[in-house]
Amino acid sequence: MLLNIKDLHVSIHGKEILKGFNLSVNYGEVHAIMGPNGTGKSTLAAAITGREGYEITSGEIIYKGKNIIDLAPDVRANEGIFLSFQYPVEIPGVSITNFMRTALNAKREFMGEAPIPAGEFLKRMEEKKKLVDIQSKLTNRSVNEGFSGGEKKKNEIFQMAMLEPTFAVLDETDSGLDIDALKVVANGVNALRSEDNAFVVITHYQRLLDYIVPDFVHVMYDGRIVKSGGKGLALELEEKGYDWIKDYDVNR
Amino acid sequence: MKEEKENENILEEVTSSEYKYGFVTDIETETAPMGLTEDTVKFISKKKNEPEWLLEYRLKAYRYWLTIEEPDWALLNHPPINYQDIIYYAAPKQKEVKESLDEVDPELLDTFNKLGISLDEQKMLTGVAVDAVIDSVSVKTTFQDTLAKHGIIFCSFSEAVQNHPELVKKYLGTVVPHTDNFFAALNSAVFSDGSFCYIPKGVRCPIELSTYFRINAANTGQFERTLLVADEGSYVSYLEGCTAPQRDENQLHAAIVEIITFDDAEVKYSTVQNWYPGDKNGVGGIYNFVTKRGLCKGKNSKISWTQVETGSAITWKYPSCTLLGDNSIGEFYSVAVTNNMQQADTGTKMIHIGKNTKSTIISKGISAGKSNNSYRGLVRVSKKADNARNFSQCDSLLLGDKCGAHTFPYIKNNNRSSVVEHEATTSKISEDQLFYCQQRGIDTEKSIGLIVNGYAKEVLNKLPMEFAVEAQKLLAITLEGSVG
Ligand SMILES: Nc1ncnc2c1ncn2[C@@H]1O[C@H](COP(=O)(O)OP(=O)(O)OP(=O)(O)O)[C@@H](O)[C@H]1O
Ligand SMILES: [Mg+2]
Repeated sequence: MLLNIKDLHVSIHGKEILKGFNLSVNYGEVHAIMGPNGTGKSTLAAAITGREGYEITSGEIIYKGKNIIDLAPDVRANEGIFLSFQYPVEIPGVSITNFMRTALNAKREFMGEAPIPAGEFLKRMEEKKKLVDIQSKLTNRSVNEGFSGGEKKKNEIFQMAMLEPTFAVLDETDSGLDIDALKVVANGVNALRSEDNAFVVITHYQRLLDYIVPDFVHVMYDGRIVKSGGKGLALELEEKGYDWIKDYDVNR
Repeated sequence: MKEEKENENILEEVTSSEYKYGFVTDIETETAPMGLTEDTVKFISKKKNEPEWLLEYRLKAYRYWLTIEEPDWALLNHPPINYQDIIYYAAPKQKEVKESLDEVDPELLDTFNKLGISLDEQKMLTGVAVDAVIDSVSVKTTFQDTLAKHGIIFCSFSEAVQNHPELVKKYLGTVVPHTDNFFAALNSAVFSDGSFCYIPKGVRCPIELSTYFRINAANTGQFERTLLVADEGSYVSYLEGCTAPQRDENQLHAAIVEIITFDDAEVKYSTVQNWYPGDKNGVGGIYNFVTKRGLCKGKNSKISWTQVETGSAITWKYPSCTLLGDNSIGEFYSVAVTNNMQQADTGTKMIHIGKNTKSTIISKGISAGKSNNSYRGLVRVSKKADNARNFSQCDSLLLGDKCGAHTFPYIKNNNRSSVVEHEATTSKISEDQLFYCQQRGIDTEKSIGLIVNGYAKEVLNKLPMEFAVEAQKLLAITLEGSVG
């Protein structure tokens, strides 16, 4: 098993947001997480990636057999955890090229490897830019600065492709994408999918799941998973909305 | 009451007259007695075998200095400086030669390594005997040969006084008069040495000039004097300082830099200042009070100042341009970083006198720890400066909430056809930015380095290439441990 989250409780400013969350992900799997606004999907992503201010009051996050809740965010990242942000951040004056080289070399240093040779780096950039259909015009610009919503999301997938994580969380990467961009993003993810990695895809729209076909769909409500199923569950949600889920939770 | 006053007078007399009796005029001694009197000034001038006019110049400055007070308008706090507690002249000391790098402070070496300074350079900077790998004297000689071919004069200030007295006499004090300010007066009285540079008409200096390549560059001391003259149609890029940490026993530094450009001449002056900032509590750091000014005397001439200020406990520095020639251009690009207890009050003055003169000011202040970082800038447009243009952008970046950033822009526009624009922003490194970088595997300190360098990029891009690369690393190192 790659990731096993056990009875996770997470508070922000003393307010409990995740209330006993459980999830296990095996190598090679894609899990989709759906659920109404404010139920704690992004909080889950923050807890997995180690963001400050998200206090784990109890529970465990076992990744590759180790509880990672005390590891720094950069260590988790270098261990292969990647987050495609719901709201990517602008870093003025830092080109994507420079940002990616810094990130790749940080990982290599962590693995005890020498910095990536310039030629190899550029080759990899070209290859991955093709994968998500972004232009050099964009990679020469500062990270996310003045990017359109769609460009920001493509840039997240581009970075994921560059860093080749073992476990990636995509937090609403499909929001704000036109249909062509959606296909590009999905193709990018599908190209990276293998038996050596796994994905958790957070989304509100079952449309994405037409392109990234998940092995499991989970519905989150009020800080925990209230229903799990196959791809069909997403269709059902689209049809009926979340109300019946809420009932489900109450009746449980 | 009266008795008390009398006691005070006696006390003062006793303490302040100490030197009268202790003064040794023997010019064989290598060090002036502590304190500053007319005799000290004469001693320095005599030691340097200076012509009468230069001694007169020094004395005039000294007498003026006696009549004025140290300025207190800057946002700086330091214990009062006792000007009688300073030795104003010491012959350049032979640096103690060490056998190997093993004898050098490991912390210093660590910084050198992070900066990527080569082993040989490290040895030179720390006074370790250099073996046959690079013969620095021969490098410098080739360098001097190249300059001589173009008729460029580049030598120590003392040499210039001996070998080109007419040039020194003609230009010394014409941009920064000894009456300019307290520290300028002090420097004019007691300056020890520095650099002199003259670029003849129509010559484009083929190499970047750095004091590193000047023969006799050893120990210019705490009162450095630089004079740079670019004759018609000439160009030079001049580098001052280095990114390696500079230690000095002298706490007070008061330098003067004067630049003059004639018609169509251009001077690019780049500085990296990394004097010892003191320990975490600010103890032992350098006080750096600098007067730098350029005069765009000729039409279409241009002076640009680029500075990266990371060192010193106190920085008081306003590289300025007087735009006298029509169509002349002044530029100021600055990154000033303060950490721990450091204080910086820095900025520029752009004085528009000629028609169609243009100036650009880009200032990036970065404060961390408990430091204070102020931008202070004056843009003055005189009545005759038709169509003058100024654009100023002053940004402050805060790391943490115990540091301060302040902006003091003074604008005096006396010409209706002129446009002065000022923009200012203050921002913090956001937790979002930091986390975004960390999530990509970059540790906290490298993340800060990355974000800060991005923030300062506009200015760093103005530096000559190798300088820029080192300056980037320097910024990151200066801010180490600032967030934790
Ligand atoms: N930094 C924070 N400070 C205070 N409250 C927060 C913070 N982050 C999240 N919350 C609160 O936690 C709850 C869960 O937020 P979260 O962002 O995890 O929801 P979500 O499921 O991702 O919603 P959406 O679908 O709208 O993205 C919300 O009530 C939100 O207001
Ligand atoms: Mg969310």
